[in-house]
Amino acid sequence: MSDLTRSTAAALADRLAAGDVTSVQLTEAHLDRIDAVDSRPDGRGVHAFLQVDRDGALADAAESDARRARGEARGPLDGVPIAVKDVLATRGLPTTCGSKILEGWVPPYDATVVTRLREAGLPILGKTNMDEFAMGSSTEHSAYGPTRNPWDLDRIPGGSGGGSAAAVAAFEAPLAIGTDTGGSIRQPGAVTGTVGVKPTYGGVSRYGLVALANSLDQAGPVTRTVLDAAMLHDVIGGHDPRDSTSIAQEWPSFTEAARAGATRDMTGVKVGVITELAGEGWQPGVMARFQESVDLLVKAGAEVVEVSCPSFVHALAAYYLILPAEASSNLAKFDAMRFGLRVTPEGSPSAEDVMRATRDAGFGDEVKRRIILGTYALSSGYYDAYYGQAQKIRTLISRDFDAAFAHVDVLVSPTAPTTAFKLGEKLDDPMAMYLNDLATIPANLAGVPGISVPNGLADEDGLPSGFQVLAPALADDRVYRVGAALEAIHAEQWGGPLLDKAPELETE
Amino acid sequence: MTTSTTEALMPFDDVLAAYDPALGLEVHVELNTASKMFCGCPATFGGEPNAGVCPTCLGLPGAMPVVNGKAVESAIRIGLALNCDIAEWCRFARKNYFYPDMPKNFQTSQYDEPIAFDGWMDVDLPTDDGGTETFRVEIERAHMEEDTGKSLHVGGATGRIHGADYSLVDYNRAGIPLIEIVTRPILGAGERAPEVARAYVAQLRELIVALGVSEARMDQGNLRADVNLSLSPKGSGTLGTRTETKNVNSFRSVERAVRFEMQRHAAILSGGGTILQETRHWHEDTGITTSGRVKSDAEDYRYFPEPDLVPVAPSREWVEELRGTLPENPTARRARLQAEWGFTDMEMRDTVGAGALALVEETIAEGAAPQAARKWWLGELARRSNEDGVDLVDLPITPADVARIQALVDDKVVNDKLARQVFEGVLAGEGTPDEVVEKRGLAVVSDDGALGAAVDNAIAANPDVADKIRDGKVAAAGALIGAVMKEMRGQADAGRVRELILEKLA
Repeated sequence: MSDLTRSTAAALADRLAAGDVTSVQLTEAHLDRIDAVDSRPDGRGVHAFLQVDRDGALADAAESDARRARGEARGPLDGVPIAVKDVLATRGLPTTCGSKILEGWVPPYDATVVTRLREAGLPILGKTNMDEFAMGSSTEHSAYGPTRNPWDLDRIPGGSGGGSAAAVAAFEAPLAIGTDTGGSIRQPGAVTGTVGVKPTYGGVSRYGLVALANSLDQAGPVTRTVLDAAMLHDVIGGHDPRDSTSIAQEWPSFTEAARAGATRDMTGVKVGVITELAGEGWQPGVMARFQESVDLLVKAGAEVVEVSCPSFVHALAAYYLILPAEASSNLAKFDAMRFGLRVTPEGSPSAEDVMRATRDAGFGDEVKRRIILGTYALSSGYYDAYYGQAQKIRTLISRDFDAAFAHVDVLVSPTAPTTAFKLGEKLDDPMAMYLNDLATIPANLAGVPGISVPNGLADEDGLPSGFQVLAPALADDRVYRVGAALEAIHAEQWGGPLLDKAPELETE
Repeated sequence: MTTSTTEALMPFDDVLAAYDPALGLEVHVELNTASKMFCGCPATFGGEPNAGVCPTCLGLPGAMPVVNGKAVESAIRIGLALNCDIAEWCRFARKNYFYPDMPKNFQTSQYDEPIAFDGWMDVDLPTDDGGTETFRVEIERAHMEEDTGKSLHVGGATGRIHGADYSLVDYNRAGIPLIEIVTRPILGAGERAPEVARAYVAQLRELIVALGVSEARMDQGNLRADVNLSLSPKGSGTLGTRTETKNVNSFRSVERAVRFEMQRHAAILSGGGTILQETRHWHEDTGITTSGRVKSDAEDYRYFPEPDLVPVAPSREWVEELRGTLPENPTARRARLQAEWGFTDMEMRDTVGAGALALVEETIAEGAAPQAARKWWLGELARRSNEDGVDLVDLPITPADVARIQALVDDKVVNDKLARQVFEGVLAGEGTPDEVVEKRGLAVVSDDGALGAAVDNAIAANPDVADKIRDGKVAAAGALIGAVMKEMRGQADAGRVRELILEKLA
């Protein structure tokens, strides 16, 4: 494996700036790595990508090199390649959302996040695999086959953004974009030993992000280091007039926050451990690593207290009403009339018949399950009992966060209750699958930012676990500062990044 | 069981003897903002199909809406003009249902949080003694929403989606801002219910025009009225089952549709039948309604707040600022205009009654004298509107055209008689008044050369008359003028002809 693919984005940025390497070389190295590990004849490729845009990426890279030669580099990450979750619209590049219903759809426009990546000069390597319409925690619900966890190819890479997490974990890309509705950036980060950030709701534009649940969705960085995530966040974040829910304010530099954290000094930082996110169902090895990290933070000067967020126990129930409700409406537009798959039944079908046949053939079981749930939850006579009640719980969860953040600067928990499970293990048990997002969902319901950083390997199975840091809305800089501190402390303890312990993937 | 499609009607007077009507009107106003409700596409319908669209109004995956501030402003001004309260905070909702001309398969609309609510409008009705009766219509709400695309169903007999071979959809209209104005049930109108409905829509249109927020042409669909009607046993004080007659697109039709539904409901109810709560289609040609889709409890739009939009929270300062931009209230306005124009009470009443107030005003603004403007709109054009069964405002002629024709009369290019032909030409779509004069060769001839020859002919053909004039009987000139006019097919300048005759026979 080329050292170019093992480098962090920050290091690559430095090397590009120093003229040690060109963007074309970098991009080629990653494209070659994708060729070597992503798909294999025996079916045991990582399968992080649904689309690889070799020509487009190399053309972007060549332009980046030309710009840099003219002294017109657009920013530190100009020329560093990136992978984008297939839920963001990319002009001229197929966007499927992991669904058959969008097979072959080529958007005529770029999502704002994609526009910002292009404007900052990052070549786009391709589109990453995901659970269909981001519904899932394992990427097994992709209509195009699952992604495999680079730590153990028989295991899931988390989801819905398993493709983005696996791509950076397998060194196929230094950076990736994910989206997080209930944990789809953070939980894959945890189970692949990578970093994932869900920004404050409204911190990153959702324009062009094919909505799963509009009030919960947020795009964010998927990387191998906290600093890389911060640098990427600085590129994609900020107000967008095309997204009414985007926050119109100046954000501090997250890169600086990450650099400040890397000094490992946690003096004066108040950390709250969430009581409710522990106990039955939590894997002992995950809890053991978590407790060790809490102790490390104390050693670094942090003040740690236990904080109760009593409404969090209802978060999962509220989430599985709000999400399907919004999703059932969002997915109505997939009707074969204007784009995407069209299935025309025999005979002389009406428009309604075509819609029905297309949606039947184009949507997978999990999508259908949630459309039915959401349609039911919004039905007259049930609205108050389900959707209305869920919104009240949402308010209570926000109040729990407000009360907690009145006393502490950040809240922490394990990111996911377990390490990566085996492919197929929970596919027939939706409830078990949904429980994976227990610790990540509250942040989406309240709109607060969160990060997952690698937290060592569980003793039982030697697989990665994650450490989640949550901060108040708008205080994304705190998750970078604390995340970077813990990362630096770990690196010292482990003698390097966690991913160094991942097995080498067989290459062709 | 009596079905709703029966067309048995009860005589109108009998309806009133047995039932009290309850009216409700829902009027959709298409705003004239530059851009659509939720995107930057032009809000002008028409043009090449599907050219005025973008990812947002096409409902492409990932695209998001942004509220058009100008549309909010127009909504607030309409609300204020209707004496409504303006919400301090309100949201959009999604109205979920599948239809091919609706890009997202939900309409972004307002549901239980309208921008304007609890208002009223005083509707004036003429009385038999030449006075005016005022009827207060209570406004429940005025809310913002977006229009759908427009379907063209090709093949099949009905022009509706069922039975069509295929359908074409033009999404240019999708997302054009609409304001829906909903009245409370209008009770106690009795025999005047059809007139109240008409006068309400006419006066509402007048208000919309004065606000300048819409083109407000009913024939173009800028203003679309849905008429709700129910009957209850006389004096019972209850509300019966209602029907909703959709897209009644002229003042006259509003009145006719109410009348028809009253008579139809009464016939069913008196026969022991029940009214189906349903949508009905209005047929302009035959003046009847027919059954559309049945509205049942099964129709569930699953409304919920639109999560892609933030609440609309107009500041009180802004609302008061907008209140300052409102046109004067209709009663004061009418008094002012009557004084300015010097109309008698009767002339003013007829002008208002014909729905011609704004038209006359605009015509005067274009340069015509008040009496001339009134004369054309209430004379020639009112006749045409009756003949064709369309409202004055929907005639294919503008106030500017009318003013121009009057100017042609004033300048003696045409006389009154020729002017009627100019009107005919403009209404027939032959072009502007000047073009019609040109194409039809209608200009009055005042050129002495052409007139002189005709005068000479007339004198030669009527020697007896010529002698009388020579003898000083000037009044006899009329006969010669008539002969000249006949020869010139009415296009001679009568004054000049008279002068020429007198000169030649001096």
